[in-house]
Amino acid sequence: MYSDKVMDHFSCPRNVGEIENADGVGEVGNAHCGDIMKIYLKIEEDVITDVKFKTFGCGAAIATSSIATDMIKGKTVEEALKITNKAVVEALDGLPAQKIHCSVLAEEAVKAAIEDYQKKKAQ
Amino acid sequence: MNVSKRIYLDHAATTYTSKEVLNEMLPFFTEYFGNPSSVHQYGREVKKSIDLARDRVAKAIGALPEEIYFTAGGSEADNLAIKGVAYANKSKGNHIITTKIEHPAVIHTCEQLEKEGFEVTYLNVDQYGMVSLEDVKSSIKANTILISVMYANNEIGTIQPITEIAQIAKEKGIYFHTDAVQAIGSVRINVKEQNIDMLSMAAHKFYGPKGVGALYVRKGVKLISIIHGGSQERKRRAGTENVPGIVGMGKAIELAYQNFDEHNSRVKGLRDKLIKGVMENIPYTRLNGHPEKRLVNNSNFCFEYIEGESLLLNLDMKGIAGSSGSACSSGSLEPSHVLLAIGLSHEIAHGSLRLSLGEVNTEEDIDFVLQVLPEIVDRLRQMSPLYEKVKGGK
Repeated sequence: MYSDKVMDHFSCPRNVGEIENADGVGEVGNAHCGDIMKIYLKIEEDVITDVKFKTFGCGAAIATSSIATDMIKGKTVEEALKITNKAVVEALDGLPAQKIHCSVLAEEAVKAAIEDYQKKKAQ
Repeated sequence: MNVSKRIYLDHAATTYTSKEVLNEMLPFFTEYFGNPSSVHQYGREVKKSIDLARDRVAKAIGALPEEIYFTAGGSEADNLAIKGVAYANKSKGNHIITTKIEHPAVIHTCEQLEKEGFEVTYLNVDQYGMVSLEDVKSSIKANTILISVMYANNEIGTIQPITEIAQIAKEKGIYFHTDAVQAIGSVRINVKEQNIDMLSMAAHKFYGPKGVGALYVRKGVKLISIIHGGSQERKRRAGTENVPGIVGMGKAIELAYQNFDEHNSRVKGLRDKLIKGVMENIPYTRLNGHPEKRLVNNSNFCFEYIEGESLLLNLDMKGIAGSSGSACSSGSLEPSHVLLAIGLSHEIAHGSLRLSLGEVNTEEDIDFVLQVLPEIVDRLRQMSPLYEKVKGGK
């Protein structure tokens, strides 16, 4: 049901963990539906220098979190905001139809973390 | 997948067909292929084998052979019992009583009947998944024609007070059906002593083949057929018989009750060891289902702060096959209706794991599960944002 790429990111997820005093934190989803993603960003001069995640969810939720964090690492905030759920799905060599919402959640988690960063910066 | 050994702990989903059963079936594909309805020798010799299978099924549950109707499985048996009685007894009433934890074959059949104008009461269950006799009694109305309560739950293994419920139905002159698909082979059943009017079975849950089941219908129950055609199964189930399947089902049920005590006490020993080991070694875990009144081969847990599908995938990578009631593993958005009915929150219901044992499992299998499961649960919890909040207090 899952591609090799999904299974790779699920069994050896990249960037798992937390960042203390992160510059941006985003949490999306809810336990009721069975998916929560939390993304932590370290940002220097608008460049994402480190990223970590924690996810409660199915195999696809963990794999999309893993690959999305990989995709934004080293990118500028502006570049990271352009990453769509479609790009996440493509990077994983596809997802089953009923799991597409996991990639949407990954996109939303990245956006939420960046929004948090921008809000903090504006203060 | 580089797994040296595979451990099958999903016997409640299906079992393999045992060698003895398969050997009994094989001649009926090639040598004895006749249509049992035919007059010639080819037909007659096959008809005899169906009669033998019918005798074996009847004997296993204390029924008469002419009260056994072979079907294409458990779902069809449930459909035949519920729709068959509902349509045939419309003039008496249109109210059906069942429970919130039935198999979809019963629940969705009842929902269909609701669309057709029938009225259905879905009884609540307690925290162990047990139906209350008081609830059964108080939901009976003048227009109640059928009570359908599963013998044992397929997810959490809870065994219902079937004899007592059947007694209530009998006193009120209401038909009583039980979906015993999960119970056959694990529980001793006598439909006459227990006053059961209809009982559904499926061969692939007790080392028989898939695609064959049966419905026991007590003589005198008013029921109409739902598959129309030829006059097979005394006109109650049309269609040329699945002869190899029926032969296999007969052999499988005979073996299940021949080896009953030995098989079930061994499986229960392993299952108890598994439950004890899991509950002692993994914190924030609950056992779902009744602590004692449960199927001997069933264990069902919820591990808080993690999700079931990722747990199943991790176990699968270690060669262990289980199942879960999480939304993601069921392909729907809702977690198991059974886990919600016993009062679990959505969040906790997503983290369920059912491990159901069988003939092939050994002490070593259980030791291996007890070795790897705590590690997997811990790894997933370390990844879970929900676990952060409790970690401090641990």
